[in-house]
Amino acid sequence: MTDFAYLTIADAARRLRDREISPVEYAQALLDRIAAHDGALNSFLHICGDRALDAAKTAEAEIMAGAWRGPMHGVPYALKDIIDAAGEPTTCHSKVMTRNSVPDTDAHVTAKFREAGAVLVGKTATHEFAIGGPSFDLPWPPARNPWNPAHFTGGSSSGSGAALAAGFVPAALGTDTGGSVRNPASLCGLVGMKATYGRVSRRGVFPLSFTLDHVGPMTRTVEDNAILLNVIAGHDALDPGSAPAEKPDFTGRIGRDVKGMRIGVIRHFFERDLEADPEMAKSINDAVDVLRGLGAEVSDMTLAPLDAYAAANRVILLPEAYAIHEKWFQERPEDYGELARRRIMGGAFIRAADYVNATRVKARLAQEYNDAMRDFDVAITVSSMDPACEIEDEVEAERTYGRQARTPFNLTGAPAMSVPTGFSKAGLPLSMQIVGKNFDEALIYQVAHAYEKATNWTERRPPLAA
Amino acid sequence: MSLDKETVRKIATLARIKVDEDALEPLAGELNNILGWVEQLSEVDTEGVPPMTSVVATEAYQRPDRVTDGDKVEEILANAPEEAQGFFVVPKVIE
Repeated sequence: MTDFAYLTIADAARRLRDREISPVEYAQALLDRIAAHDGALNSFLHICGDRALDAAKTAEAEIMAGAWRGPMHGVPYALKDIIDAAGEPTTCHSKVMTRNSVPDTDAHVTAKFREAGAVLVGKTATHEFAIGGPSFDLPWPPARNPWNPAHFTGGSSSGSGAALAAGFVPAALGTDTGGSVRNPASLCGLVGMKATYGRVSRRGVFPLSFTLDHVGPMTRTVEDNAILLNVIAGHDALDPGSAPAEKPDFTGRIGRDVKGMRIGVIRHFFERDLEADPEMAKSINDAVDVLRGLGAEVSDMTLAPLDAYAAANRVILLPEAYAIHEKWFQERPEDYGELARRRIMGGAFIRAADYVNATRVKARLAQEYNDAMRDFDVAITVSSMDPACEIEDEVEAERTYGRQARTPFNLTGAPAMSVPTGFSKAGLPLSMQIVGKNFDEALIYQVAHAYEKATNWTERRPPLAA
Repeated sequence: MSLDKETVRKIATLARIKVDEDALEPLAGELNNILGWVEQLSEVDTEGVPPMTSVVATEAYQRPDRVTDGDKVEEILANAPEEAQGFFVVPKVIE
């Protein structure tokens, strides 16, 4: 009997295509697993079981008729609950949205999944409106980390992270404005890609910050991630930030070696600007050694200090977020949870002049990054400075939330991916980021895959696995 | 520079936002963070750098510049009361 929980997309796709497994069986197995285990993890806000089984039956009929659409055909997936799926509620994990929040149109990315024949099983937990968190004063509880349910998943794509690590789905989408795909990927032992700004359309996704928002694929393996990006990437004339860039096959370079590749290590992010937890720092240094051992040419790389990026990110993000929420803030502030209200409200008080200056800082930092990358193919740095803290430890959650090096790449727009680098002594996932040049995601996948193959981190399972 | 509760109360009133008494202190903390960020921004040299809205250089999407008359001369002229040599024939308007 097939163990569906931890099938990779790549493996499932072959077996679905060859009719060794049925999409209906696959969806049912995962729905059963969710029903059995999600009570302890809260990864889903909403399960659409009937819809999933209907879609699986359609996929089965098509595949049986010889019309296999591609690697996501008949494969279950989940959406962070700020991404629209026609006919299903979009709650943004907020009381503010629980009325009248059923869209009649798919988000661009959801439509892409539909074309690919993928099977939506549900909408996942997030921080309220994708900002702040974890919060315990919302209509639904926060998601918990499958590696240890007493610990935080990271956020804001928390439920997507928990659902993947728990073996509920092989594919999920998150969104990333200051690191929200890569944070739960880092803390839950997953691969999370924030592709180049403009690579993936944001149409139909509840915005946090127009100029910093990205939608990104989250998976358990590198190859699976590239398969997902193949499905969701592409120009969308109806998202003004969407780039009409050429779209390669993102799996195209997977399997090639890294001999002679020039890899920069942005060491000051986690040794000087902030000091990473020693286990985290060691795992990154070990990963760099692995890549060096595979023949890569590694040297240090220097950018502006993390503070500069974090400051510009916040001074742009908060007023953009406040502009979206102002009306509700004035009419029904009590419907927001305390944390989102406090965070977003700060945006009301940032001067327009400071906002404009922050966009100039952003331009400057992006230019500096692009210049520095001329000497390298990809770069490696930290993602989270610390492994997941306990979810109910409010002080520690607040302290560690900003200890990260993800916002630089929301600001520069460059592609950045979180990759597992092992486990702490306490059994919690460690991680690094591999970052690249604009629109060069395929090269990041190549390097990440070479590293993944040389280690076995993505093969471990959290303890809830039966 | 640091904001106190009274200042926060005043600016909240100016912004027409209701802030509960016990939320003033945490909000003052958020606002002090913001002042810190703004201070950090001024340390980056932005001389001559224009403001930007997109970090990735993209040009406005344009359709290919191709003649699109459809190559349907006959179909179009089929609706005309009268045609000659691929043109509509219209009443003479100039003597």
